[in-house]
Amino acid sequence: MPSPTDPKPILEMRGVSKTFPGVKALNDVQLTVYPGEVHALMGENGAGKSTLMKILSGAYMPDPGAEIRIDGKPVHIDGPLSAKAHGIAIIYQELALAPNLTVAENIYLGREAQRGVTIDRAGMYAGCAEVLNNLGATFGPRTLVGDLSIAEQQMVEVARAVHAHSRILVMDEPTTALSNRETRRLFDLILKLKAEGLAIIYISHRMAEVYELAERVSVLRDGGYVGTLGREEIKPESIVRMMVGRDLSSFYKKEHHGSSTGRAVLEVEGLADGHRVKRGSLVLHEGEVLGLAGLVGAGRTELARLVYGAEERTAGKVKLEGKEVEFKTPGEAIDGGVVYLTEDRKAQGLFLDMTCGDNINLGVIGRDARWGGWLDLAHAKRRSLDAIKSLSIRVAGPEVPVGALSGGNQQKVLLSRLLETQPKVLILDEPTRGVDIGAKSEIYRIIDELAKGGAAVLVISSELPEVVGIADRVVVMREGETVGEVGGNGGEPITEESIMALATGVDLRKAAA
Amino acid sequence: MSSTEVVGGTGARARKAQMRAFIRSIGMLPVLIILGLLIQAGCIYFTGEGRFLTFQNLSIVAQQASVNAVLAAGMTFVILTGGIDLSVGSILAASAMIGLIVSLSAGDLGIVAALLMGLVIGLINGALIAFVRLPPFIVTLGSLTAIRGFARLLGNDTTVFNANLPFAFIGNGSLHFGFGSVSWLIVIAFLVIFGSWLILRRTVLGVHIYAVGGNESAARLSGIKVWAVLLFAYGASGLLAGLGGVMQAARLYAANGLQLGQSYELDAIAAVILGGTSFVGGIGSIWGTLIGALIIAVLTNGLILLGVTDVWQYIVKGLVIIGAVALDRYRLRGSSART
Repeated sequence: MPSPTDPKPILEMRGVSKTFPGVKALNDVQLTVYPGEVHALMGENGAGKSTLMKILSGAYMPDPGAEIRIDGKPVHIDGPLSAKAHGIAIIYQELALAPNLTVAENIYLGREAQRGVTIDRAGMYAGCAEVLNNLGATFGPRTLVGDLSIAEQQMVEVARAVHAHSRILVMDEPTTALSNRETRRLFDLILKLKAEGLAIIYISHRMAEVYELAERVSVLRDGGYVGTLGREEIKPESIVRMMVGRDLSSFYKKEHHGSSTGRAVLEVEGLADGHRVKRGSLVLHEGEVLGLAGLVGAGRTELARLVYGAEERTAGKVKLEGKEVEFKTPGEAIDGGVVYLTEDRKAQGLFLDMTCGDNINLGVIGRDARWGGWLDLAHAKRRSLDAIKSLSIRVAGPEVPVGALSGGNQQKVLLSRLLETQPKVLILDEPTRGVDIGAKSEIYRIIDELAKGGAAVLVISSELPEVVGIADRVVVMREGETVGEVGGNGGEPITEESIMALATGVDLRKAAA
Repeated sequence: MSSTEVVGGTGARARKAQMRAFIRSIGMLPVLIILGLLIQAGCIYFTGEGRFLTFQNLSIVAQQASVNAVLAAGMTFVILTGGIDLSVGSILAASAMIGLIVSLSAGDLGIVAALLMGLVIGLINGALIAFVRLPPFIVTLGSLTAIRGFARLLGNDTTVFNANLPFAFIGNGSLHFGFGSVSWLIVIAFLVIFGSWLILRRTVLGVHIYAVGGNESAARLSGIKVWAVLLFAYGASGLLAGLGGVMQAARLYAANGLQLGQSYELDAIAAVILGGTSFVGGIGSIWGTLIGALIIAVLTNGLILLGVTDVWQYIVKGLVIIGAVALDRYRLRGSSART
């Protein structure tokens, strides 16, 4: 296979398998990476990407028979230190920095510069400043890491890798927590590193990013290697087909006929919280999927939480089926028929140590209980079995702890907790974040069926193709205000461009013309 | 996607989860049994007779465990919510004092007074934690000291006696049935443990307790009244400390605000932790707590039978607690390595 700059690969992994008790996580996987290339690694959740990278970083040992070569020489990676010694650095989704230490201290962590027995702080700061300058950082080496934004912390991780003279840099979903502008800056940084000859293995679910950055894409499926595409072969359809092993022509299901003229179920007028939300207004109709779009930080989640009673409002009105309501707690909202799916299912949604059954039933055990608080265990079990079946949650049974499930199945468990309360209004905040493509299409199907059944669904999403694919109408927020809408009867058609024009306040189409 | 592989994967994971649940559910029982056998062997070796494993001695052990088991049951609620209650020893003292003082003039109403005292102090702890949002450690550390002073104040810093204590049977009598009898202290402790199990595993409140301890912000967002759960946990801990005060006062016919219940909170916490309840909340069981309380009582009783001096009892007890929990971590590490 032709390589971008250098015909000699920097990293070759061949015949890599990994067996866990009862599960074959990887089966004869290969990966070849050249210096100066961005190599995207794609696959559904559970396809084996993380396992492969953990083997590369020395966190797991592969099964016997695997071959790893760096610069053509066979190497034996038996721990994180030996991975580091071979120039391999990994930046995980959850950043591994100490927030109470300075940037310089983090970059030198474990390799502190010493002068005799004392730490050579001056030397550390100087060395660190040089690396940061090269990367174009806007913060200094003495800044506390805890004071930096997520994007800046990521840059610290990159700086640490550069400073350790790493030559192979693995980035695992680096843009999940970034705004568009921060993503832009990260891409510039990646291109710069690439130009300096680093090999970058880039794990991402986002097709647009891969399309923009990657020289080549390798795809894994169910622990096996599917294939590698070169620059000119990278097309969303072909990658998706490789990832799921089937065609997804009807990826976004839309069978319901949403209308913006039906009965208004939820009316929000001029809602504000005094900080992030300045003026939020929208109308949601029966049987409608309404998208709520905007840049990260535009106040979409905050607006949703105001409606749901999770935060205190300072101004504005909410009407539910024509009657004014003011939910003071989420409990009151749920009783009123309004439910909210959080964007952060692990931190704010699920009880990871509790069983699937408990997680599913949690919203309704109070209603189901007999004699004022006595659990109806048989009923709860039936309920969770039904939910597992109807949302096709892949789990052995309701007694399995929800923490043992994959992201997509966890999301379905959380979703079914909301559905069990039989809500009239569902506010779904990033319903497909961090779930694989198969689960994504199932969640779209569920949303479609909810709308078909007459529920009013508000979907907050940062993925524009998703909003365009599933929404009947889209309300757009910018800097804490709802600034307009597209779609609906007689409205401007829903396209990524029309949404972005409202979200940024800059109409690229007009600017170009 | 091949569905068989996915099912196989979750099947293995489910088996692993079941295995882990089983290991967790038997928890420290093996430690308790081994400890009992070691002490019996020690008794035979050093004194020539197996004085530990006799019916009489074991019922003494159970009696000695009873007050701690009652306190530890309350502590289990609190620790399951992710909190801690350092004030139970002091509450026990104050409740015993008020119980005895009231019993001098109003007889059995002393029990009610003691229970109310415990409940009220517990609710005050809970209110400070739930509404003022103060950290549980700080709040109960404060009440540990303040309530101790209050207990001394109640009896003008002297010991209160009631030789004709109407509820003395609680501490010294037995419940007779058919062939035998069981000490009331043991009956009460067992009822408390069983009641706690019912609340934790058979009521909505129980699920909410686990939920709040497992993920407080998710609990809030899913509509659980977190304040009510916290108020219940600290209220229950206070009430049960009050009950402990009644049991202790009934046994002694007397109470002293300075000495009674000193450092009982540490034994209660040790019992909960030995029972496998997670210190960060959300994971644990009341049966584990019972076993934890029994381990502590067996250890105390066994060391006395073996003739170990008071000083060494402290040292050995502390080391066994650390060792047992370390063993527990080691045992569970393998099974949770891949989550």
